[in-house]
Amino acid sequence: MFRNQYDSDVTVWSPQGRLHQVEYAMEAVKLGSAVVALKNKTHAAIVALKRAPNELSAYQKKIIPVDDHIGFSFSGLLADARILSKYMRSECSSHKFAHGEDLPVNRLMTKVGNRMQLCTQRYDKRPYGVGLLVAGYDDNGPHIYQTCPSANYTDCKAMAIGSRSQSARTYLERNLEAFKETTLEELLKHGMRALRDTLPNDVNLTSKNVSIAVVGKGQLFEIFNEEKTQAHLLLIEGEERRAPVPSSDSASSGSQPPQDGPGAPPSDAVPAVAMETE
Amino acid sequence: MEMKQHNWIPGNFKSVPDIGRSAQNDSVQHGWTPITTTTSVLGVVFDNGVALAADTLTSYGSMACFQNNPRILTVNKNIIVAASGEYSDFQFIRDAVEEKVRTEISLNDGISMKPKALYTWLSRVLYNRRTKMKPLWSTFLVAGIQNDEPFLGQIDKLGTAFVDEQIACGYGAYLALPLLRKGIEEKREKSNSKLTKEEAVDLLKKCMEVLYYRDARSHDKYQIGVVTKDSVEVLDLALKPTWEVAKLVQGYE
Amino acid sequence: MDTVIDRGAPKARNFEPYASNGGSIVAISGKDFVIVASDTRLSEGYMIYTRKQSKLFQLSDKSVLGCTGCWCDTLSLTNIIQSQLKSYLHDHNTIMQPGSIAQLLSTLLYSRRFFPYYVYNVLAGLNENGEGCLYSYDPVGHCEKVSYTAGGSSGVLMQPFLDSWLGKRTVDSPVSEEEALNLVKDAFTAAGERDIYTGDEVVYNIIKKDGIKSGVVQLRKD
Repeated sequence: MFRNQYDSDVTVWSPQGRLHQVEYAMEAVKLGSAVVALKNKTHAAIVALKRAPNELSAYQKKIIPVDDHIGFSFSGLLADARILSKYMRSECSSHKFAHGEDLPVNRLMTKVGNRMQLCTQRYDKRPYGVGLLVAGYDDNGPHIYQTCPSANYTDCKAMAIGSRSQSARTYLERNLEAFKETTLEELLKHGMRALRDTLPNDVNLTSKNVSIAVVGKGQLFEIFNEEKTQAHLLLIEGEERRAPVPSSDSASSGSQPPQDGPGAPPSDAVPAVAMETE
Repeated sequence: MEMKQHNWIPGNFKSVPDIGRSAQNDSVQHGWTPITTTTSVLGVVFDNGVALAADTLTSYGSMACFQNNPRILTVNKNIIVAASGEYSDFQFIRDAVEEKVRTEISLNDGISMKPKALYTWLSRVLYNRRTKMKPLWSTFLVAGIQNDEPFLGQIDKLGTAFVDEQIACGYGAYLALPLLRKGIEEKREKSNSKLTKEEAVDLLKKCMEVLYYRDARSHDKYQIGVVTKDSVEVLDLALKPTWEVAKLVQGYE
Repeated sequence: MDTVIDRGAPKARNFEPYASNGGSIVAISGKDFVIVASDTRLSEGYMIYTRKQSKLFQLSDKSVLGCTGCWCDTLSLTNIIQSQLKSYLHDHNTIMQPGSIAQLLSTLLYSRRFFPYYVYNVLAGLNENGEGCLYSYDPVGHCEKVSYTAGGSSGVLMQPFLDSWLGKRTVDSPVSEEEALNLVKDAFTAAGERDIYTGDEVVYNIIKKDGIKSGVVQLRKD
């Protein structure tokens, strides 16, 4: 086991100004199955890949509804995501109780961010080992937010997290311009294509391993059932798939973990290495 | 013998009640009366906004105590609130609401409170206080623009809340509300449309005059707050009453 | 024994936490439907607050709650029920069935046994088999499954009327939707003539398998 001197708990800084425990937690996010979220002018959508832990088990639920106007998908520890979902639901519910209206998405994200931050600053806690992609709709339109264990959260036009999600992000970056003015159906097609790009060549999207959710103008947060998912998958069936992902790509991380610049002096062990030598 | 608390008499120091000793005392101590009171508030919805009217008098029993106490509060760009009843309770709520608005401004996220949210919030606050048997002795009218539509609602000291197109509380509920309903109905029958802003303000002025003649706790200086999609304003106004007709009232002289 | 002399010092008016805001509910259940109706007058004393306040609260696509009595308690109670139903939906991934809502409501009401919600509730819904079901409550949580009921300020006027029409019905001659709606309308028209706290309009919801149909009937406005 590769360890270094400065990763024993979250309150210890490395001389390079890094919190290794937090960065390790961010590695957990990369282990989960991939999730794509994107939005146009009126709707936000989540397209997520579901995994079955083994042959005998069912596919794990991947999208969690929070309220009529918010839901999220995640990558990382499901159990941590469930705790966060409980918190988010209770915040939405108490806002609705006191104000008779839905909690604006950015207000909820501020609360979630503050809560996640707490456990990055205390020796007796551990950071949440989960990254969220939150899709929501409020008076300011549709929103996609990404959170990560460092308690950073970002308002996104489109985002993908999880294993091999770099390919999906590449797809999203290339097609970003098209999203804004497109229809919901086209948006979902983009989402499915982006997700498909994360798959190995011998695996394809099926109604069993894909979960789709939308929310938007006049559309409460809805997770598609299997039939509806199948109907949407048919829309991109038969399309030519993108060239296979170079294998080095799969290990490369998201844009999230702060990396030392190329000219940085020899530093502590890179967390990614620590994980691989396990 | 145990002292009866209800019959505390000012100046009779020997019988000053022993407050806050036991829970038992607590259960009878709640009897509470408003001291510095204000009278009616009127509100009416017109075609693209809402108008509220309230005078500026705060009474101390039958004394016209403070004659320049405004009670129409501009909350933000699309909400105004007016209160009747205990003035200090209005001030308490005003401070809480202003704090809420300041917090919201400091978030700087482009979202501002809507009238329905404030109305619901007030109903929860007042209901909680009545459930603790420590009521805020006030009635609030919340007016504003909710998703481009005019909104007018009332919440009383129990937390009783409702929404309507014309609302009056206090004496106004007896004297002015029929006039407001009549004004709106007549306009609808005549041209199948809602009041215009000018008509609504004129109607409120008329009602304030009628109230001034018969409500002994009313005042000739008053305010009208108007909120529309693109403006909020509070006008300071004064009545020019005519008492000529008073001679016709039997027993006036 | 001391006699307490009232010397005209400012008397503390005791705060009254309840108000009677009037309003009535009628509900009739049938084989595959249930109808629940309320008037729309909200009042206190001789004052009509508003003429268009429905007292029906849709809890799901299969159940509607009618509440009359103290309006501030009604608002609070229905708010609590609605947020509890939402959390039930999240926990169980299914909407709560009327029978369970009935129990929840009873528990909620009884939780305030010594400072009751001054609300008369009628819960109408379609059960798991698609049959109409009705539950009638008292303010402290007594719950009774009934086939028809009337409650609120005109409850005492309308209940005998319903009894005379529906009391002796057997399973062989179930009440039809049309008949039930007509009874509801007649009951309210009669109540509007005699009760000043019932009037203005009647709103009704007919809950059936394929959704909730609603309508409005005019009543006396005076």
